[in-house]
Amino acid sequence: MTPESRRLDGNAAAGRLSDVFVFDATAARTRCGGCGMTAPLGVYHVYADAPGMVVRCPTCEAMVMRIAQTPGHTWLDMSGVAALDIST
Amino acid sequence: MARTAIRRRLTWRLATVAANASEARAVHRLSLQIDGWDGHLPGQHVDVRLTAPDGYQAQRSYSIASAPESPTVDLVVQRLDDGEVSPYLTDGVRAGDQLELRGPIGGYFVWRAEFDSPLQLVAGGSGVAPFLAVLDHHAAAGSGAPVRLLYSARSIDDVIGRERLQQHAERGIGVTIALTREQPPGWAGLSGRLTPRVIREHVWPADGRPSILVCGSTTFVEAVADSLVEAGHEAAAIRIERFGDVKGARRDSGVPTTRR
Ligand SMILES: Cc1cc2nc3c(=O)[nH]c(=O)nc-3n(C[C@H](O)[C@H](O)[C@H](O)COP(=O)(O)OP(=O)(O)OC[C@H]3O[C@@H](n4cnc5c(N)ncnc54)[C@H](O)[C@@H]3O)c2cc1C
Ligand SMILES: [Zn+2]
Repeated sequence: MTPESRRLDGNAAAGRLSDVFVFDATAARTRCGGCGMTAPLGVYHVYADAPGMVVRCPTCEAMVMRIAQTPGHTWLDMSGVAALDIST
Repeated sequence: MARTAIRRRLTWRLATVAANASEARAVHRLSLQIDGWDGHLPGQHVDVRLTAPDGYQAQRSYSIASAPESPTVDLVVQRLDDGEVSPYLTDGVRAGDQLELRGPIGGYFVWRAEFDSPLQLVAGGSGVAPFLAVLDHHAAAGSGAPVRLLYSARSIDDVIGRERLQQHAERGIGVTIALTREQPPGWAGLSGRLTPRVIREHVWPADGRPSILVCGSTTFVEAVADSLVEAGHEAAAIRIERFGDVKGARRDSGVPTTRR
């Protein structure tokens, strides 16, 4: 199995991100810190490799987020995100 | 803002299995009773979490296959024999059992009855699950949006929601099924994989500016999305949801393997 066929998208990360955010993450317009491209998080690529998930830009493949979860604990690295734009 | 104020954090909750019935080859429909369920949008999913006696947990996402008008929240689960979670859901769960889940999840890959632009749905295998919810909601809400479904399955026994799709076809939904591996005698649908040519012929033309939802295995949805862009559709009009791939999916994904 190739890494490409293991690829998911932002939809697959939304449940885990709901432990952190009160808004729906998949619709949040997300600006990539690597190339500046902006798209809903649902468009981003996600690689799920337990116990974490890595979110990558669909344009430049830069890592924008990493999420790791253990029972009772969530760790989120958003250092690759330049901005999030949320409709409220 | 009222909408924001009533938004609640999603929490894990218990669902009671009302029924677990065979839906197609190696596919079961789990109908769930969930107290206090506030409804959902077609296209949304839930996360299901299983906990082993030793505390080990596994969670997986499953699309909601029933319309918000349905009395139960239904999931359509395909059994992967070597999978961690799906064999338990299809074969280990009985009516009356409880499952832990959270949802509804996702606001990007959704269809709302207020949307009136032409809608094109493209599904591979169990990727039809969210579209069963879309089509039932389209009917219940009396939507006038024109809809077409292009659905790739391996054989007639693998077609999920066959009777319901037939009923939708009778009320004017364009339902085209492509059987990739095996066709019954007298099969009137398409045979073979969803090549760029098949996609160009059976999807709403790009100049009608349809919104497009594509769902299925990763290999399938990515090849379909490429063909759609080749056929002139704007990337921004195409929303996709990847279920991941399973072993051997390249062979069975319903798209030509030479493309990637
Ligand atoms: C948003 C979303 C919605 C979904 N909706 C549905 C739905 O409605 N219906 C449905 O049936 N499925 C759906 N899925 C897929 C579902 O979440 C599960 O992935 C699926 O049920 C398989 O889970 P499993 O635990 O049985 O298999 P897993 O144990 O996760 O294994 C999956 C496959 O990958 C292989 N595999 C596992 N790990 C590796 C590895 N490290 N390297 C190589 N191969 C590996 C296994 O052999 C197996 O073939 C959805 C997925 C997403 C992201
Ligand atoms: Zn980028």
